[in-house]
Amino acid sequence: MKFIDEYQDNKLARGLAYKIAKRSTTTIRLMEFCGGHTHAILRYGIRQLVPKTVEMRSGPGCPVCVTATADLDKAIALAHLPDVIITTFGDMIRVPGSYSSLQQAKAEGADVRIVYSTIDAVEIARANPRKSVIFIGIGFETTAPTIAASILKAQQDKIENFYVLSLNKLTPPVMKVLLDSGEIKLDGIVCPGHVSVIIGSHPYEFIPRDYRVACVISGFEPLDILLCIDKLVEQIEKGEPKVEIAYPRVVRPEGNIKAWQLTENVFEIGEANWRGIGIVPQSGLKVRGKYEQFDADKAFSVSPKPPREPKGCRCGDVIRGAAMPLECKLFRKVCTPESPVGPCMVSSEGACAAYYQYGPPENLQDF
Amino acid sequence: MEQVDDRILLAHGSGGKLSHELVEKKFLPFLANPALNKLDDSAIFEASGRLAFTTDGYVVNPIFFPGGDIGKLSVCGTVNDLAMNGARPLYLSLSAIIEEGFLLSELEQIVQSIKKAAEEAEVNIIAGDTKVVNRGQADKLFITTSGVGIISPGVDISGANARAGDKVLLSGTIGDHGIAVMSQREGLRFSMTLESDCAPLNKLVAQMLEVSSRIHCLRDPTRGGLATTLSELARQSKVGIVVDEAKIPVKDEVKATCELLGLDPLYVANEGKVVAVADSADADKILARMRKNSYGRDAAIIGEVTNEHPGKVVMKTKLGPSRIVDMLSGELLPRIC
Repeated sequence: MKFIDEYQDNKLARGLAYKIAKRSTTTIRLMEFCGGHTHAILRYGIRQLVPKTVEMRSGPGCPVCVTATADLDKAIALAHLPDVIITTFGDMIRVPGSYSSLQQAKAEGADVRIVYSTIDAVEIARANPRKSVIFIGIGFETTAPTIAASILKAQQDKIENFYVLSLNKLTPPVMKVLLDSGEIKLDGIVCPGHVSVIIGSHPYEFIPRDYRVACVISGFEPLDILLCIDKLVEQIEKGEPKVEIAYPRVVRPEGNIKAWQLTENVFEIGEANWRGIGIVPQSGLKVRGKYEQFDADKAFSVSPKPPREPKGCRCGDVIRGAAMPLECKLFRKVCTPESPVGPCMVSSEGACAAYYQYGPPENLQDF
Repeated sequence: MEQVDDRILLAHGSGGKLSHELVEKKFLPFLANPALNKLDDSAIFEASGRLAFTTDGYVVNPIFFPGGDIGKLSVCGTVNDLAMNGARPLYLSLSAIIEEGFLLSELEQIVQSIKKAAEEAEVNIIAGDTKVVNRGQADKLFITTSGVGIISPGVDISGANARAGDKVLLSGTIGDHGIAVMSQREGLRFSMTLESDCAPLNKLVAQMLEVSSRIHCLRDPTRGGLATTLSELARQSKVGIVVDEAKIPVKDEVKATCELLGLDPLYVANEGKVVAVADSADADKILARMRKNSYGRDAAIIGEVTNEHPGKVVMKTKLGPSRIVDMLSGELLPRIC
């Protein structure tokens, strides 16, 4: 099938894998930022195709996973308010907070609904004028424009019972935090594909310049990822780190200017609380004052109990790339997709869920 | 009065006059057979030999979807559960829980498709019940069907019977039902030509059993999809299963929708597919027979059973390397980014 099969072609993949193996002489460590990349890498067995010299680590690019427990607790507390409908993207409802989850709140009687689009949340508000409809805004630069659009739509249609709890996060600032911390040494980054559709390639330029770390923006099909790894290995072997786009069919260097303008109109940049990383200045999106009537943080006041992190859970380390899922003692023993301890085991973009679901056969004895 | 007639009222469930009318006007004319027509408290039938008995509840949303509706599903699902043990389905019972306010015209449409599906599967519905609940206490219509089937002597089919060396056969493309239903859900609605594969498989199974006495397992990969079914068989039989991703047929529409939503077709539901595990010596013969039936037109041998990694399913991916295929956990949810 066009646009799918050609990116999953066996012969081309083997050709690329051969090229990477020939090119790679030194041992290097790459981080795939996106959870979507982690899943594709494991689903197609890409780790088995690339040479042993190339180590792959998962990064913080899973919107559900990086949501801080305190923010999750806040969303759950909002769900328990009277006459409130919580709307959210899929996986979020299953993530355990300190004491409960949105799924649990739903079972206890809270009105929690999964939506596929932010505009659906606006429509729910329109259809339920006596209820307050709060959209839990998670995600990176990819989802931010659509959340901005929902606020503009609500304003335009004079829907006064629609609110956004903005937990949106920005990718380049958190990459900087990871690189500054020096916790793990990275040689290259498989940069996010869909985030880059919005922000383009320029925001990553500080990475090769200031940290000498290679950056290649990748798509999510197996051949996209192999091509990206090939380019990263090439840059690293040559000692010429730079930002390259290996996903040119959708990513332009300047990004989607219109979408980003829309985002900047509605949101301003502020601090954000990242699971496993903490508060990172200038790494989140807050609703601007002129749209504060839609800001759930301003409209509702809840005071959940102090957050509590699950004992033994290493999601924070996994998110920073400091630990592999299999290094967590809870993995598959206590923490499973059916009874997850941390978010990385819940989300369809979480690293632990990917390792659990697609674990390569050489690890069979661990399962 | 037309406006009173056109919706289900609580009184339709009172057990009184309206209840009788509902059964006599909306169910009996379509499902009539000697056992049902008696309207006794239970249906009486003759049977001798080994019997199979099963029950299943149907709560699909939306109740009408491309390629079927809850009525067709409730017949095919139970017929297929019987067929998966090698039984020839004989009789079904059907119980409908209807939400107050449900349109009578829609009910009629659903009963008609129950009739059609039962005719195709050659089963009679010989016992039934209707209940009406307050608005909000059910979502439009829930149906439960139970079924009895008869197993021919010598047929021994169970999820625990797979043996090393057996071949794994699949009757056609995966994910059609799940994606067709999802395409109609609130908030997703996209137009496409894909239809649910919902179908009675008892005749296909009977034909397979005619050509081979060495079919060891049969299972329909419904909720949880092919991945979950294969995992179940591996665990139940305490064997390993190896499948080849490239051999598993997937329609373009399903592939594209799954890509878009971040789903894996291996986990998407089917309602008209069968997975068979059979002795390798008979596999080609069975495959050829399956392909002659329209419900098995795209059948393929997708893998084999091994003594290695008991309880686990390993898939050779399109790119060549292998990975584990685990059961579905939780609901299928689209990705965010």
